[in-house]
Amino acid sequence: MEKEELISIQQFCTHYNIEFSFLDSLQEFGLLEIVTIEETRFVPIEKIKDIEQFMRMHYELEINLEGIDAISHLLRQMTSLQQEIITLRNRLNRHEEE
Amino acid sequence: MEFIDYYKTLELPKTATDAEIKKAYRKLARKHHPDLNPNDNAAKVKFQQINEANEVLSDPEKRKKYDKYGKDWQHGEEYEKARQQQGQRAQSSGGSYNYNTSSGEDFSDYFESLFGGAGGRRGSQPKYRGQDIQAELQLTLQEAYATHQQTLKVDKAIRITVAAGVENGQTIKIGGHGGPGANGGPSGDLYLTFVISNDTKFKRDGNDLYTNITLDLYTAVLGGEITIDTFDGGKVKLMVKPETQNNTKVKLKGKGFPIYKKDGQFGDLYLTYQVQLPTNLTEREKELFKELANKK
Repeated sequence: MEKEELISIQQFCTHYNIEFSFLDSLQEFGLLEIVTIEETRFVPIEKIKDIEQFMRMHYELEINLEGIDAISHLLRQMTSLQQEIITLRNRLNRHEEE
Repeated sequence: MEFIDYYKTLELPKTATDAEIKKAYRKLARKHHPDLNPNDNAAKVKFQQINEANEVLSDPEKRKKYDKYGKDWQHGEEYEKARQQQGQRAQSSGGSYNYNTSSGEDFSDYFESLFGGAGGRRGSQPKYRGQDIQAELQLTLQEAYATHQQTLKVDKAIRITVAAGVENGQTIKIGGHGGPGANGGPSGDLYLTFVISNDTKFKRDGNDLYTNITLDLYTAVLGGEITIDTFDGGKVKLMVKPETQNNTKVKLKGKGFPIYKKDGQFGDLYLTYQVQLPTNLTEREKELFKELANKK
């Protein structure tokens, strides 16, 4: 991964005023991959939106990491099922038109 | 403009303590938060109502004003003027990471009337990402067949490339083209859903196309060569086997719809033969059919 696609944890945590340990916990739960380059730790810029969502769940809704992990899993399942619904709906349309 | 009962919104009595308000807000926010209810506009609206109620009831000064003037919201402005004359200013109540889906424009007209445009909101706001915007793009099946450029107007004109093979109902994300961020935060994303109409004789199922081909009786019985139209406007010659039955299906490999983001790869085209019986038979033809029938 190119460095331009990463943001250092230091910069990220300062910007959002959160503890490093929060990102470490996300990594422990497999919700975030932290990249280390020359002893500096980074997160992918494309993951910022996900991290912001985890922050809102944790800091605003007071959901613990176990809860965030479970919710993330269910949201992924929901997205997959929604995609399946679209595919099945399109298939149904074909048969209804016949 | 109607009075909004913020206590009812948070399902609380008017005597609720600060702790009870906080608890009720957390409970309802967990239930209706947009992060936990993606693509659910009803939940989003409900969450905005809860957020607005909490914004008022969790701030002692706003709550006092609301309790005093709530039902007579028209007097809110007078109250505000008098308050400003006394040199008082709303102070930050400090605190939490306050979620907002956009740049702070999500409060009701009632709220704006009572508390002003910015609502006397907390002083030091963190940076917020802008709101994600959902939009639809109408395409015909022909347009979805080929990679092409489209210009969208969402606040400003955006030129996008629509890849061939996009599916009806499919949503793509266009990063940074959503609502502007608040307090210097980044812009949100644009989520574009394709709505594909089809007025062709082809039906689509995923990457495969289906169409009916009318066969005359003689070709179906004796076999022969036919030419069919493919979706891309091309023509394909086919040999029809003798004694082909009605509703026989034939697959033309690679003549279906393009596979999304897989250049040069296509689904299949399925043909269903519909055998058409002859009409307006001449006397001679009838005799020949009778002759055939008698031989069976």
